[in-house]
Amino acid sequence: MKSFTYEKVSSPAAAASAVVSNSNAKFIAGGTNLLDLMKLEIETPSHLIDVNGLGFDKIEPTSDGGLRIGALVRNTALAADARIRRDYGLLSRALLAGASGQLRNKATTAGNLLQRTRCPYFYDTNQPCNKRNPGSGCAAIGGVTRQHAVIGASDACIATHPSDMAIAMRALDATVQTARPDGSIRDIPIADLHRLPGDTPHIETTLTSGELITSVTLPKPVGGTHIYRKVRDRASYAFALVSVGAIVQRDGTGRVAVGGIAHKPWRVEAAEAEMPHGAKAVAAHLLEGASPTKENAFKLSLVERTLGAVLTEAKG
Amino acid sequence: MKFDTPATTNPIDQLKVIGHATSRIDGPLKTTGRATYAYEWHDRPASPAYGYIVGAAIAKGRIASMDLSRARSAPGIIAIVTAENAGKLGKGNYNTAKLLGGPDIDHYHQAVAVVVAETFEQARAAAQLVKVDYAAAKGSFDLSAGRDGAAKPPGRGDDQPDTTVGDFPGAFASSPVQLDATYTTPDQAHAMMEPHASMAAWEGDKLTLWTSNQMIAWTTGDVAKTLGLPKENVRLISPFIGGGFGGKLFLRADAVLAALGARAANRPVKVAMQRPLMFNNTTHRPATIQRIRIGAGRDGKITAIGHESWSGNLPEGRPETAVQQTRLLYAGENRMTALRLAMLDLPEGNAMRAPGEAPGMMALEIAMDEMAERLGLDPIEFRARNDTQVDPEHPNRPFSQRQLVECMRIGAERFGWNKRNAEPGKQRDGRWLIGMGVAAAFRNNLLMKSGARVRLDRGGTVTVETDMTDIGTGSYTIIAQTAAEMMGVPLEKVVVRLGDSSFPVSAGSGGQFGANNSTSGVYAACVKLREAVAQKLGFNSAEIAFTDGQVTAGNRSVPLGQAASDGELAAEDSIEYGDLAKTHQQSTFGAHFVELGVDVATAEIRVRRMLAVCAAGRILNPTTARSQVIGAMTMGVGAALMEELAVDKRSGFFVNHDLAGYEVPVHADIPHQDTIFLDETDPMSSPMKAKGIGELGLCGVAAALANAVYNATGIRVREYPITLDKLLHRMPDA
Repeated sequence: MKSFTYEKVSSPAAAASAVVSNSNAKFIAGGTNLLDLMKLEIETPSHLIDVNGLGFDKIEPTSDGGLRIGALVRNTALAADARIRRDYGLLSRALLAGASGQLRNKATTAGNLLQRTRCPYFYDTNQPCNKRNPGSGCAAIGGVTRQHAVIGASDACIATHPSDMAIAMRALDATVQTARPDGSIRDIPIADLHRLPGDTPHIETTLTSGELITSVTLPKPVGGTHIYRKVRDRASYAFALVSVGAIVQRDGTGRVAVGGIAHKPWRVEAAEAEMPHGAKAVAAHLLEGASPTKENAFKLSLVERTLGAVLTEAKG
Repeated sequence: MKFDTPATTNPIDQLKVIGHATSRIDGPLKTTGRATYAYEWHDRPASPAYGYIVGAAIAKGRIASMDLSRARSAPGIIAIVTAENAGKLGKGNYNTAKLLGGPDIDHYHQAVAVVVAETFEQARAAAQLVKVDYAAAKGSFDLSAGRDGAAKPPGRGDDQPDTTVGDFPGAFASSPVQLDATYTTPDQAHAMMEPHASMAAWEGDKLTLWTSNQMIAWTTGDVAKTLGLPKENVRLISPFIGGGFGGKLFLRADAVLAALGARAANRPVKVAMQRPLMFNNTTHRPATIQRIRIGAGRDGKITAIGHESWSGNLPEGRPETAVQQTRLLYAGENRMTALRLAMLDLPEGNAMRAPGEAPGMMALEIAMDEMAERLGLDPIEFRARNDTQVDPEHPNRPFSQRQLVECMRIGAERFGWNKRNAEPGKQRDGRWLIGMGVAAAFRNNLLMKSGARVRLDRGGTVTVETDMTDIGTGSYTIIAQTAAEMMGVPLEKVVVRLGDSSFPVSAGSGGQFGANNSTSGVYAACVKLREAVAQKLGFNSAEIAFTDGQVTAGNRSVPLGQAASDGELAAEDSIEYGDLAKTHQQSTFGAHFVELGVDVATAEIRVRRMLAVCAAGRILNPTTARSQVIGAMTMGVGAALMEELAVDKRSGFFVNHDLAGYEVPVHADIPHQDTIFLDETDPMSSPMKAKGIGELGLCGVAAALANAVYNATGIRVREYPITLDKLLHRMPDA
């Protein structure tokens, strides 16, 4: 870990001014991912701006019937919120499928969205990694790839996004609110927050320098049956091989987002038109253009089979 | 004490303390955080500095150059030790690869430097500034590619790589029912909770190491050899060990680097191996490829059994002896086994819990299940028909005790085996396909010399000192029980001190030999102490009873402590063994039963219940024995379903080198576990009449799971771990 300076800010303006005056600063909230990465010197901020005091820790109704979730709401609190459990069960279930109780107590809503990949080559600083060290190459390609992306990957990076929560947010059409150092605020549809790796896998989101997530808004509840199905090698405390987050309406229509297969939560709205026709039709569309490795090609049939099980369960 | 005739009645048979379910006497220390693990001696040594290990970034090649200048000027830096400035280092008897690499690199993450600083954080930061340029060389990293070039390894005494009995090829070829199948087991990591850790302090040329080690005498010797010291100048202290599983049998880099760092820094240094280094820097259980051929008559009797195993290791490394159990477990007149060893440039392969039998049983016990099916026999019946009460390679050697069939039959009844549908893929519970599986459990019982010293004070307190270790197994407790039984005192009057090289040399912890041998050593010392007490108190009768803190003969009864009224009484002895292990084959037996579900859509496997039935001599403490067995069963679930060091065959390293990537079972994976111990004493094993238990609990578990997966799905997976991707393409439509 490199030495760094630290300050705790108590207003968005102070956060903005701190981030502007330190070119290599990072915001820290729960720190459940950032601190690990700093110990390995994968992240080397020279300055940490602790945003825990900004008060973004409430879940409030919005005027159009949705909910605004403060960026600092802990995963545990979010999963347990009665309104979330009643109207956005998918989100609660996705959260509880992730990490451990201890981590969820610390991890925040914004931090969860911004967590970095768990690609083992990213974590091993002896290995080339375009995400960690742009231009150095990708050791995962041609290596051990059972966990890696099967769609939307590039010749530069085949890492996946590890979040469960983000899959639910994507299916729920959440919107991310941010504040920029210049004081401007903007709304980013969740679909546009995470990027595919392309030639610049080190640029993982569309956030600009110093931009701070302040809240995540869920639109009005859409009803339906909410199912989050996470498939993994052990029963708990493991990242998804594949996860399926679905909202299924009584008429068989609905939404589906998939985790564990891409650099971002994977949702293809056009594929959802096939939902009444079953998993095979949806998966075919959803996974069009997939280019798995020999080791992770199983994820294609796993997506289809898991989705099939989810649709069956929804009919329940 | 020489143990060379079968045990007769002795004070242990009173079973006033031995054999009773007893909670760990060291439990309160552990649950209150006061147990002094290697890194956690907060009061000594005074003001230690901190070492951080730099691991090699290549698997094979040389260090072309090293630039320490930036690291040397980092804040708090005290010293940096590399092979270049460490002075001449020897290599211990038990290490294959050097513990401080350079300029030649033998494997990935081999230590190339230790950076010593005032604080851990400073050492870690400075370690990142050590710049090493490597000249990588081409290495061999793929066992399957190296299989054809694998050689016959040298034998050691009775331990030979190949055995043959009768005419295996002829008998196999003419068998009416045959199986010829190949199984693979992956490289596995010990992945214990406590990393390798040591603190070193020098006084002149005398070294004290507070460390975490299973085998104090071996490691004391190897420290001396590595550092070029007389053995008596080395003191090892290792009273508490946070798991080892064989990974701490030997001297490892943490101890060497702490010692070298302390010498260079001229003050005590503590080093804990970083978790991400553990998987490649230390030892692991080597992967195997195993070919098993079984031929049988239609009557279900095996006529030919052959087992070949290929594994890899660094030059001078040993093979994984995965054919060991096949030499002993089932009858059959024509037999062969063979071990072959490929040279690989992966990290050092070495002992991990039940080396040999653990991976061997993973394969053999699937083969037995497959063969039973071909014969149309229940797998328990098939095993029963091929039971043998003698060593099948040497029929003049009977087993000292062998209750394999009893274990299987009792287990079948308790588990409800008769509810299993022999036709696979037919049991369904909602989205789950349900299957049951069984496997034999087998692990040899090893006899090792073991010593102890026992002291008696005037208050009647008995103190046991031995360099035996407690790696979480319960050694403290069973040793206390032994001394209490022998000296006729309650458990509270016994103090046990372990894991110190200044104490008599014990068997140590490994190969499930610790419990039987170390308590037998304590028995021997207690016999001597009893004699000393009797003499001191002027008893000359042969019939002296040590009970309730009193020594009694005839009408005379004296408090035990009185024997020490004018000074402590001490006695030291060792148990040494004659040739009972040569005339009799000593093994432990059991049966593992598993019921599991396989998700019909995703092929996720979730265990529902498990049972182990064990026949392993006298159970010294049912509580700690049960803990050993259920822990081993848990490890078996890991081996069956998830544990695999994933090899990058291009660069030659284990990629998943942390506990997020190397998955072991979590609580949610482990369902109801049950254990049954058969009432057994083995007078051939020791005066304790006990045998090992901890590794028996592992051997066969994974195969029972594999067989249950087959029963659930009809899919036979022969490549461990059985992950869902190996089932998915053959699963029925959900």
